[in-house]
Amino acid sequence: MAGALLEVTGLSKRFGGFVALDGIDLNVAAGERVGLIGPNGSGKSTLVNCICGTLVNESGSVRFDGETVDGLLTHERTRRGMARSFQLPRPFTTLTVADNLRVPLLYTVNARPGHALSPSELDARCAELLQLVALADKARHLPRDLTQVEMRKLELARAMAAEPKLLIADESMAGLSQSEVDDIVGLLIRLNERGITIILIEHIMRAVMKFSQRLIVLVSGKKIADGVPDAVIRDPEVERAYLGQ
Amino acid sequence: MRTRVFLLLLIAVAIVVFFAARLVSNDYVFFAGYTVLQFVVLATAWNILGGYTGYVNFGSAAFFALGAYATVFMHKLYPLPLPLLIVIGAAVSGIVGLGMGYLTLRLRGAFFAIATLALAVVLQTLVVNWDFVGGSRGAYIIRPNEIALIGPYIQYLFLLMLALAVIALAIARGIERSQLGYGFATIRDDELAAEASGVPTLRLKLIATTLSGALMGMAGAPFPYYIGYLQPSSAFGLEYAVNSIAMPMIGGTTSWVGPLIGAILLGSLQQIATVTISSAVNLLIVGLLLVGFVIIAPNGIVGLVQGWIRGAK
Repeated sequence: MAGALLEVTGLSKRFGGFVALDGIDLNVAAGERVGLIGPNGSGKSTLVNCICGTLVNESGSVRFDGETVDGLLTHERTRRGMARSFQLPRPFTTLTVADNLRVPLLYTVNARPGHALSPSELDARCAELLQLVALADKARHLPRDLTQVEMRKLELARAMAAEPKLLIADESMAGLSQSEVDDIVGLLIRLNERGITIILIEHIMRAVMKFSQRLIVLVSGKKIADGVPDAVIRDPEVERAYLGQ
Repeated sequence: MRTRVFLLLLIAVAIVVFFAARLVSNDYVFFAGYTVLQFVVLATAWNILGGYTGYVNFGSAAFFALGAYATVFMHKLYPLPLPLLIVIGAAVSGIVGLGMGYLTLRLRGAFFAIATLALAVVLQTLVVNWDFVGGSRGAYIIRPNEIALIGPYIQYLFLLMLALAVIALAIARGIERSQLGYGFATIRDDELAAEASGVPTLRLKLIATTLSGALMGMAGAPFPYYIGYLQPSSAFGLEYAVNSIAMPMIGGTTSWVGPLIGAILLGSLQQIATVTISSAVNLLIVGLLLVGFVIIAPNGIVGLVQGWIRGAK
């Protein structure tokens, strides 16, 4: 696909004798909302880790924004506009909620060429982001004072603070109630409307169907479907993977 | 408070300490004070790596000894003024700190600690077998009795160590309030999340090991002049490794105040114990206090006080 924001070609990753990812090809266009699903252990998180540089893939390559990012460290990819949230929230536990957001602002936004934010602009930006995820009244608290939903919102806000072009949300809704899930889906769609491309990895089908414009299915490290969500979930192969025969 | 104001304040306090010490007409005050200040520098230096980034260094004695042996080496080669020797000691230990960082920073937790301990053993073996700096026999440094302007040489050494303490504390506090401080804290909390937030973790860790090593080398450089006779077992002494961990732990590792409080408290206590009971009691005191604090106040004195303040609100 020409003009794709993210192009993954032939990506493979093995852990010892276990093939976690087997020749994955996928493209994500700028501005798209893509859902990525698959049973447990199908390689979704491994794929995210390879795309973001946390893990090194043995073969295949990742191109982002027209340039290959193979061999770049995670922080370099983040600076180029790739941000992620973690499946289990990983806040900086000794920093306040506001300072958690200050880190990507200082190290990613200010590290890019161009205008660096002044201390007062940094404060304003932190407040703005906290407002966006409705955490403004917790700004001076430590992450341990947050509830699960708030923790996941902080995780997303921290990824957002890096002003990414592409946001990969790795199971940011697991274990949340229906209304909380709707809350986060609404937030993600609002972010997308601001021009951010989003890949959503999720088990909660209601959220995935509501969110995705396109759905990709991974099973045992292979991509078995890629297309319009309604058509993909009716695909017999996908049904077999999820429900068995 | 701005960093510059803080620095001026520190210098003012240092001047007061120096002249207050001169009021006591006994040189022992300077001998004891020098040791306490040396521990302020060591504890602060350890805390930059151990407290801020969470990498526990068991090899502090090696960096201290490198600074001391750099002085012995230069003394034999070409006598230089002491401030210059301090700079050289800092450079040598800083470079070794950088090297250690490159070799070990993919290790985490206990494995990193073990590697630093191994570094200390390797360096001690090297020095013991290096004849030029005295080998296992040790090396003598004859220090002058007097120095112009100040008077007794020990007062000069005390003053130098006071200046080093000011430098170390100013650096530590400067880091805490800067972008570097945030970066260090993210490494302590979660390295994966730090990388994902754009923090170049490896580079920051190398900055921490280099800075921490250099400050320890600075603390060690005047040591041969202080002690007069330097042998490997005294320079690589266990007390340096243990104290530079115990002092920040007891004081509190999250801010520059912690190592300062810990070093003054433990350092003074040890000096008093040396004079009144025996010098062998030193490490026993440290050990008991450390165990006590780990159980009762894992965040040190600073953490304890912060807890009280929060509780009072």
